[in-house]
Amino acid sequence: MEQLISNRKYELTRNNKIIPIVMMAIGVIAVVMGFMTDKTRAWAVLLHNDFYFTAMALASAFFIAFNYAAQAGWAVGIKRIPEAITGFLKFGMVGLILIFIFGHHDLYHWTHPELYDKASPEYDRILAGKSGFLNVPFYITRLVAYAIIWIGFSMAFRKHSLLEDTDGNIVHYKKCVTLGAVFLVFFAVTSSTSAWDILMSIDSHWFSTLFGWYTFAGLFVSGMAMITMFTLYLKGRGYMDHINENHLHDVGKFMFAFSIFWTYLWFSQFMLIWYANLPEEVVYFHTRWLHYRTMWIGNFFVNFIAPFLILMTRDAKRQRIILWVGGCIIFLGHWIDVYLMVMPGTVGTEWHLGFIEFGTMIGFLGLFIWSTLNELSKAAIVPQHHPMMQESLHHHI
Amino acid sequence: MSTAVNAKYEAEVRDPLILGKKSYHQMTEDICRPIEGKANKYWWIAFIISATTMLWGILCLAYTIGNGIGSWGLNKTVGWAWDITNFVWWIGIGHAGTLISAILLLFRQRWRMSINRSAEAMTIFAVICAGLFPVFHTGRPWLDYWMLPLPNQFGSLWVNFNSPLLWDVFAISTYFSVSLVFWYLGLIPDLATIRDRAITPTKKFIYGLLSFGWKGTARDWLRFEEVALVLAGLSTPLVLSVHTIVSFDFATSIVPGWHTTIFPPYFVAGAIFSGFAMVLTLMLVARKVLSLEEYITIQHIELMNKIIILTGSIVGVAYITEFFMAWYSGVQYEAYAFQNRAFGPYWWAYWSMMTCNVITPQLFWFKKIRRSALATFIISIFVNIGMWFERFVIIVTSIHRDYLPSSWTMYSPTFIEVGIFVGTIGLFFTCFLVFARVFPVIALAELKTIMKKTSNQYKGKGV
Repeated sequence: MEQLISNRKYELTRNNKIIPIVMMAIGVIAVVMGFMTDKTRAWAVLLHNDFYFTAMALASAFFIAFNYAAQAGWAVGIKRIPEAITGFLKFGMVGLILIFIFGHHDLYHWTHPELYDKASPEYDRILAGKSGFLNVPFYITRLVAYAIIWIGFSMAFRKHSLLEDTDGNIVHYKKCVTLGAVFLVFFAVTSSTSAWDILMSIDSHWFSTLFGWYTFAGLFVSGMAMITMFTLYLKGRGYMDHINENHLHDVGKFMFAFSIFWTYLWFSQFMLIWYANLPEEVVYFHTRWLHYRTMWIGNFFVNFIAPFLILMTRDAKRQRIILWVGGCIIFLGHWIDVYLMVMPGTVGTEWHLGFIEFGTMIGFLGLFIWSTLNELSKAAIVPQHHPMMQESLHHHI
Repeated sequence: MSTAVNAKYEAEVRDPLILGKKSYHQMTEDICRPIEGKANKYWWIAFIISATTMLWGILCLAYTIGNGIGSWGLNKTVGWAWDITNFVWWIGIGHAGTLISAILLLFRQRWRMSINRSAEAMTIFAVICAGLFPVFHTGRPWLDYWMLPLPNQFGSLWVNFNSPLLWDVFAISTYFSVSLVFWYLGLIPDLATIRDRAITPTKKFIYGLLSFGWKGTARDWLRFEEVALVLAGLSTPLVLSVHTIVSFDFATSIVPGWHTTIFPPYFVAGAIFSGFAMVLTLMLVARKVLSLEEYITIQHIELMNKIIILTGSIVGVAYITEFFMAWYSGVQYEAYAFQNRAFGPYWWAYWSMMTCNVITPQLFWFKKIRRSALATFIISIFVNIGMWFERFVIIVTSIHRDYLPSSWTMYSPTFIEVGIFVGTIGLFFTCFLVFARVFPVIALAELKTIMKKTSNQYKGKGV
């Protein structure tokens, strides 16, 4: 087993260098086309994709943190993957800040100054009441704060993880346990507030206390799908001999369980609003029901029924091909879920699912893959001196 | 079922879960001792106190049946108060047992094996205590079978399937049955051990019946483990669903302070939080009285305290979210409900809740405190009190002043209501004390499976 702890780094192939760049080029073309056809649509598509990919990178930071805090041993063998994925956070956060600065009038109704002018016919009492929270300077401050917290913690995890490789000191592990616990506190608050800021405030009048946790559930399950797919890819390329079907079974369980958890929160939010039928709340689902019906119903099937049936059995979670299928479905499914959170409040009834939407997604995916593979090529794929490495190597369930 | 990592590979950074020089025989001796010996003085004192309290509760219940719900402090505005608070509080306490036995099983947490038996027993007793409140709140408990969707002689009179209260009937009775089966299944091998060690024929006969002829063969174990895994899989959604549906009782309404979407997961987190507090309260006493400190170690207490701080913080985030949204929503009724909670006539209940649930558990960030049995005991009592207040705050402050100011009023419990609540605490402890005398409080057979992996004398050596 010792020979499995190699210090091999990921070597980028020619395709690894070319394909992400082609994907990014497609993305750029899609965005340019978007701005030429409809500015609002282009901003909305950018926000949708930037948020989605940032959320998956954030989920990786969360994965690292809770595995340290919970002293999980099995996941040590794959921890370099979420570490590498968090490298995308810097691109994602810069993107979100820029999208807000340049696109806020198209995306966020509450940013229009006339809403707060009592003399104006556009004056909005409710939004004026929220202006202590929803105002441009405070909003940008919050975005910057999220960037600092998320990127800062991710870099700290990475730093100690790599130092552990070189000097093998247990101090780094202990430091990461503390960092993990502290990050969870920050994450608990920022995962909710960022969801209110970036997504919920698009529908400026609407509110739901569960929204933050609902977004978190989607973020986590799609992040798990990404971690799983990168693991499968590296295993296919022969970098992951220390990972066996037992580890795959565990990442599969996370995808399965949190698909159900997402559904639980989806149902809780929808059912309570539908049951009480208060106009100020039900308007959110009413819009989606009227104008996005197929996708809104499909969302439930793609993100619940499909992963539930595909990943239910033990054997399924131990099969690489089935995990690939499950991972792709979850990835696309939650892309649709975020689409349904962004579009009705921005482009409204004028929604499209065409080259601009998919092209931009491909572009972001290219950047995501490029960033992750690049990070993977910088450090050994197998952590060298992690105190729980033996547990992970001998993982058997 | 449990992770099969060999002891040789278990990380050194993990603390041992069984202390002292233990052999399999020594473990049997230690854990069967409370059942086979005579009860000591402390047990009798505790038993007499709890049984007396329970009797008082029974008297108060009898008075309620004789005189009707008018003997409680309810009024036209506040039609739900003390009784439903106690109901939710007890149901919540039950959650730790299922979490430990089911969810921690799925997460392969070995430390659950020292505490799951008592926690599951606690679940069952807590659900019994909880069930009493709605049963008697109907006022005519002899007609409670009307809560079931039975064909009946009154024509087309059916239960209201649209009502979360009916969903509660289904959820809680299912939960109770599955928890009972799960708990009993785990007991079977241990009951067989007691049977085999029994020295009187009566004892041998009774434990023989209870253990269903368990022989401990490989086939027995195979089936046992399969059923345990299936039940764990069933219990996991069940434990989430029970408190979710309890939260629906409130959240489907349009009462400000009740109708909020965060309720389902937040109630579940709160339930686990209060459940672990009660497990700690009970286990800290039990490990001392039954001399089980080497099985329920400081490490176990620390891990439970970490769950307390996690769930306590989730609950804290939910409180703040609700408060923030009440303002953010711009709905004046919602905003008023929360203002009234914090600064209205029931401010003392709100701030008791905040102090006990959000502030005190944060002390567990200090390693010294979370590894101190005494500090943990005190904080666990705080959490128990805080979680009771949480339900009282949600229920009473939201309805005592709702949309119609001419109906605003106050609520205070009567002597009878307090008596019934105190009586259920007596019932709970009486059941637990009896349980500790007749069943092993630690899952002996299960714990033996990890002895060579995590006990301090084997750790790191390999077998």
